[in-house]
Amino acid sequence: MKKNDFVMRFAGEGGQGVVTSAEGFAQAAAQEGYHIQTFATFPSQIMGGPTWTQTRISTNEVLSSGDELDVLVAFNEEAYMTHKDAVKKDGVIIFNSGDFNIDDDSSSIKALGIPFDELAKSTGNTRAANMVVMGALADLVNMPQSILESFVTNKFTRGRPNDAEIISSNIEALSLGKLEIEKNNFHLGELAASTPPKYEQILINGNAAISVGALAAELDVFIGYPISPATPILLWMEQRLIGNGKFVHQSSSEIESIIAIIGAGYSGKKAMTSTAGPGFSLMSEGIGLAWMTEIPIVVVNVQRGGPATGLPTKTEQSDLYASIYPAHGDVSIPVIAPGTVEECFYASIKAINWAERYQGPVVLLSEHALAERQTNIPKPDIKKIKIENRLTYTGENGYKRYEGEKLSPMPIPGKPGSYVANGSEHDDWGDTTHLPQRHIEMTNRRFNKLKLLENEEYESINNHNEISIMPWGGSKGPVQEAYKNLIEEGVEIGWFYTMFLNPLPKKLLDELKEKKLIIVPELNYRGQWSSILRSYGINAKSITQYTGLPFKVNYLIEQIKKNINLE
Amino acid sequence: MSVNNPEYDFKWCPGCGDFGVRRALEKSLTDRKIATELPMENNVVVAGIGCSGNLVHLLEGDRPYGFHGVHGRSLPAAMGIKMGSPDLNVIVVAGDGDFLSIGMEHIAPQAARNLNVTAVIMDNAVYGLTKGQSSPTSEFDMITSSTPYGKQEEKINPLKLYLEYGVSFVASMMSSKIKDLANLINIGMDHKGFSIVHVQSPCTTYNDTYQLLKGNKKLGIAPIAWEIPEAHDKSDINAAHDIVDKGGVPLGILFEDKLRASFDENINKLNEKVKPRNLDKVIESFSI
Repeated sequence: MKKNDFVMRFAGEGGQGVVTSAEGFAQAAAQEGYHIQTFATFPSQIMGGPTWTQTRISTNEVLSSGDELDVLVAFNEEAYMTHKDAVKKDGVIIFNSGDFNIDDDSSSIKALGIPFDELAKSTGNTRAANMVVMGALADLVNMPQSILESFVTNKFTRGRPNDAEIISSNIEALSLGKLEIEKNNFHLGELAASTPPKYEQILINGNAAISVGALAAELDVFIGYPISPATPILLWMEQRLIGNGKFVHQSSSEIESIIAIIGAGYSGKKAMTSTAGPGFSLMSEGIGLAWMTEIPIVVVNVQRGGPATGLPTKTEQSDLYASIYPAHGDVSIPVIAPGTVEECFYASIKAINWAERYQGPVVLLSEHALAERQTNIPKPDIKKIKIENRLTYTGENGYKRYEGEKLSPMPIPGKPGSYVANGSEHDDWGDTTHLPQRHIEMTNRRFNKLKLLENEEYESINNHNEISIMPWGGSKGPVQEAYKNLIEEGVEIGWFYTMFLNPLPKKLLDELKEKKLIIVPELNYRGQWSSILRSYGINAKSITQYTGLPFKVNYLIEQIKKNINLE
Repeated sequence: MSVNNPEYDFKWCPGCGDFGVRRALEKSLTDRKIATELPMENNVVVAGIGCSGNLVHLLEGDRPYGFHGVHGRSLPAAMGIKMGSPDLNVIVVAGDGDFLSIGMEHIAPQAARNLNVTAVIMDNAVYGLTKGQSSPTSEFDMITSSTPYGKQEEKINPLKLYLEYGVSFVASMMSSKIKDLANLINIGMDHKGFSIVHVQSPCTTYNDTYQLLKGNKKLGIAPIAWEIPEAHDKSDINAAHDIVDKGGVPLGILFEDKLRASFDENINKLNEKVKPRNLDKVIESFSI
């Protein structure tokens, strides 16, 4: 029987070709019409250090990076020792025999040594070790060599004089890898033929999807400070947010970033910054200022692990409280948390639209596991994208910008309607006041505006059941895979999901309140989302994990069953 | 209570130097309105937190736009406003606590960028609004509410610092010379790049330095403020340092670099050089 799904992990030292092998193989497979997803975890250092990337290839949509490995490619001994136990009983290990040998006979898992670097060297191209690996892998799963050959030809046709030479050495490296597998008669079973989707696709990761989305939503200004894992958004913007009226810049700190984008938002522009944990903490006061002054801005928070410096290159969903309530005083910041790479694109557009619509700060809450995940998604149709712009004031001078307890048009500096955007409590002109009635009025005004955001979409499936599962953010994929398995098993359970966490769609809130139990798998210690749901009067309970890694599907299945008393 | 708004409930103490700075700023904005034929709404006054920042609510006459943010962050706000909309004229008003203590980290980057805004700094060497704590410009051993036995920190020298950071226009003045101050603010606003007009603006409640600045012949007190001679070469950074080194409070323009391009000019040049990215093509670049 042909197989529909392969999970392979590439592990070694940074700089050994671990990432290029994994992503190259994924890209080649995607070009052939397979669905792919990569998951990467890096050490927080420039050179070396243990690193690994997982690539999952499937004939169907890939929801998680896969629990167990069909193939482990170990570039060094440490990688072998660390990852060998993740390999399935009938999986295989391919290791770099130029670097080490496996003396350990106790393992029942088949292992094959290939001298990656030596074989690459023999082609005259020392950088082709990753091609040796890819050639071997393709043969292992009976993937036609032609797929990789055309991938190589595309990749290295760059209009340079030595293109032909590089292509031929890489193709030779592919065939040397293939030969090693054939010689040793090593096979894993045949990967079923792909059924390429009828629609056009792109291959993209979460950080890039957020960046493209912002461009699509007509972002004008981006100011950011380097921080893992959000840096790629800054770099992307520096390259592409160019042109008349656009401004992109690396700031001197996250404090400068947040206040500067508020200044840009005040001046009438659509402005964004991106950051992660420590930088987000520094932005707290500024987010409160944007809320108080009613200035549209978007803060992308790509979550990493832990407080303080924590785990800069690992994943976690522990900034939910911080994102909704980042600042002192009464605030409730709108939060959109995409659950897939595709949602990253649409969430970015929506975050900018929301900021414009309700005139205030919006947090786009992503996470490391999404940021670095490469996957195939349908190519967005930009004609279908709805772009929103703030309600602007077009009258004469003498305008009371903050009059009344609901949204009002925003004046644009340079045009009539001058006012003071004031972080102190203010009257309708924007001048400072301490009168109790004014504080009541303005507080009501700020919270009333949230009602403009309560009618967004959500997923509700099988909700005749009393118990439902409701993941949020990047845990969506693994939870969805677990959910599908449970449904196939005949377990009676419903499904809720939305990326609009604050404010929650009003209808969804009503549905949730009807349920006996809502199970919330989330990557944090405190069960942050379930505790927020409980504060709304919903009986919610978390399945938590705080390893710095995404959920495994089998663990979720087991935990969900425990929670509904099936085990 | 302000002229514009009877509900506004903040007041400066009688004799506060900030009254003079407000008058000067009103005058320079009005002069500018006439000279440029641009409406008052083309100006944005970005205020720091403290007594001085309240100037933005107390301005009389036509109202410019105002931004009264959080403590210490007037410069980042000014950067966002100016770079978001480079046609606006952006003025920062802040005190020594806001600008030189909590906000100190923001001066150097804007000097390096040559951000095209004008900062009018009201220095009274004390935290007034929080009732008389020491500030970075308070004298060594000064008794304040937070230094009951004397301040054990040397005072910083803001003018020296601005010059060292590479601020492209540095002027110094005192609040009681309203016409001179208005004139300096106007030159600063016309200057292409980062201009700072540092103003001695005494606090009559916690640190009254009027006598020190102006002197008192009867009591035999010589003024510490002195006019910068006309012969001073404003384009010469070394001469500017010499003026600061003479001590006291120099009055006038210390340094002015007319040749350096401003941040918005440089960004404009970049934007003209690099081809804009078309969204379709950007998405296309991710095709499988």
